[in-house]
Amino acid sequence: MELLDLSRFCMRLGDSCLIMAHRQSEMCSKGPFLEEDIAQTNLGLDLLGQAEALLIYAAELEGKGRTADDLVYKRPERGFYNFMLAEQPNTDFAFAVVRQYIMTLYLSRVYETLAKVDDETLSGIAAKAVKEIAYHQRHLGMWIKRLGEGTEESHERIQTAINELWMFVGELYEEDELDLKMQEAGYAISGEAMKAYLMANISSHLTEVTLSVPKSVYMTTGSKKGIHTEYLGYILAEMQYLQRAYPDAKW
Amino acid sequence: MVVEELEVLFQERIDANEKIEPRDYMPDAYREHLIRQMSQHAHSEVIGMQPEGNWITRAPSLRAKKILLAKVQDEAGHGLYIYSATETLGITRDELIEKLHQGKAKYASIFNYPALTWADMGAIGWLVDGAAITNQVSLQKTSYGPYSRSMVKICKEESFHQRQGYEVIAAMAKGTPEQKEMAQDALNRFWWPSLMMFGPHDSASPRTGNAMKWKIKRESNDVLRQRFIDKTVSQAALIGLTIPDSDLKWNEERGSYDFGEIDWDEFWSVVKGGGPCNLKRLNHHKKAHKDGAWVRKAAVAYAKKYSNK
Ligand SMILES: [Fe+2]
Ligand SMILES: [Fe+2]
Ligand SMILES: [Fe+2]
Repeated sequence: MELLDLSRFCMRLGDSCLIMAHRQSEMCSKGPFLEEDIAQTNLGLDLLGQAEALLIYAAELEGKGRTADDLVYKRPERGFYNFMLAEQPNTDFAFAVVRQYIMTLYLSRVYETLAKVDDETLSGIAAKAVKEIAYHQRHLGMWIKRLGEGTEESHERIQTAINELWMFVGELYEEDELDLKMQEAGYAISGEAMKAYLMANISSHLTEVTLSVPKSVYMTTGSKKGIHTEYLGYILAEMQYLQRAYPDAKW
Repeated sequence: MVVEELEVLFQERIDANEKIEPRDYMPDAYREHLIRQMSQHAHSEVIGMQPEGNWITRAPSLRAKKILLAKVQDEAGHGLYIYSATETLGITRDELIEKLHQGKAKYASIFNYPALTWADMGAIGWLVDGAAITNQVSLQKTSYGPYSRSMVKICKEESFHQRQGYEVIAAMAKGTPEQKEMAQDALNRFWWPSLMMFGPHDSASPRTGNAMKWKIKRESNDVLRQRFIDKTVSQAALIGLTIPDSDLKWNEERGSYDFGEIDWDEFWSVVKGGGPCNLKRLNHHKKAHKDGAWVRKAAVAYAKKYSNK
């Protein structure tokens, strides 16, 4: 396996975790009640830890002398490879839950696979993440149920979130050249297998609580080439502002 | 037993340094005083999430981001913990939040000042958590059991916060000229409000009498404020920052620092609602609570549905 390929692979995954952590941390002090405020930012803290570990490794494998902080704070919009789903805003609590719920299903398969690879660093990161993500899955799964079956309003809000975020799901099982290489090396499952896993789980969870998967077929594409929704620019503007305003400073 | 006798016995227990527990007899005024003080403390932890929460997305390194996010979560946890302790006095968290929203319950005025630069994340941890610890260490010996135990638990985390805050401002004080300027500016803005956290002078503190008699409060505002100043002055000097008080000087005789007069007009103005962020902080809390109403409703409806089955 080429080191640069593995570096890019870790960067993609790390970027998704980083950007989700950003969205989750935006919910701080805005939760529907205090316990859930803590729970939601906790998901963010876990994802931030995963992002950091993955980006440290990505930077090391790349061998250009960059640090994880350089990757986070000095790359431009087109140099980020997180899924578009990860950057979608917290329009309301339901949007945050649906975004994290779907991404969490995806991550659970990714980390399960990586926990078994013959690479101590990566399998170590993944083994830790598997446990964290299992908790996220339980927590978010409960919210899918509560909101789906709770009240008419909650049902409507979560169905709206599912409908509006659905177009970003296709990217999670899309494959490019790098993905194929990673699959060959046993670092990833096939797009087809991922799609089957996601669809089976999502539709069974949703139908259980009278929610449905939209019929629409349009799916976005491009984040693996650094194409994003307009939201990413604002996230980076905020996240990177101090490092960019004071490039010589250490913090 | 008549009320007078119960009150005499109660005071005897207090004088013997016994802890009062939720089911024990306590005078109404003691209970009311505790509800007011503890809920104010809990609200402070929660409202205090806002000025720091506002910087998580802009933290300048992954490490700083992790530390700050975890810190703000700790504060939320403190709020939760103290709300629960307050509920043992026979009031619900919903009622406490209602009082906050009606302006009947207060929170620490320090959070009505804006967090303007990253250096403020340092100043808040160092000074605000520092002042809070001084107060809370003293409250570990408070007479009400649940409050006392919550302070013991919380103080451990607060001292981490203080160290982390000091680390942030120290790094900036040793950094580029711009960083140093930000660090000094943060100290300038947060120094006096931090001293105000201890409340009015003992001579102007109307409720202190009972609070001391009941051992809810163990040490006076002025004693605690002096202790905070005495331990903080050298910390500022160590990182080359200047405390913005020209009257500050060591008093050999007292073995303490003399310091300038606090602007009590500003203090009372902010307490009464006239501070830079009072409206913003309260509106933020109200909005989050209102925006979350449908989520809470759904959770309750779901729980009911399945508890009946
Ligand atoms: Fe606290
Ligand atoms: Fe506190
Ligand atoms: Fe704290």
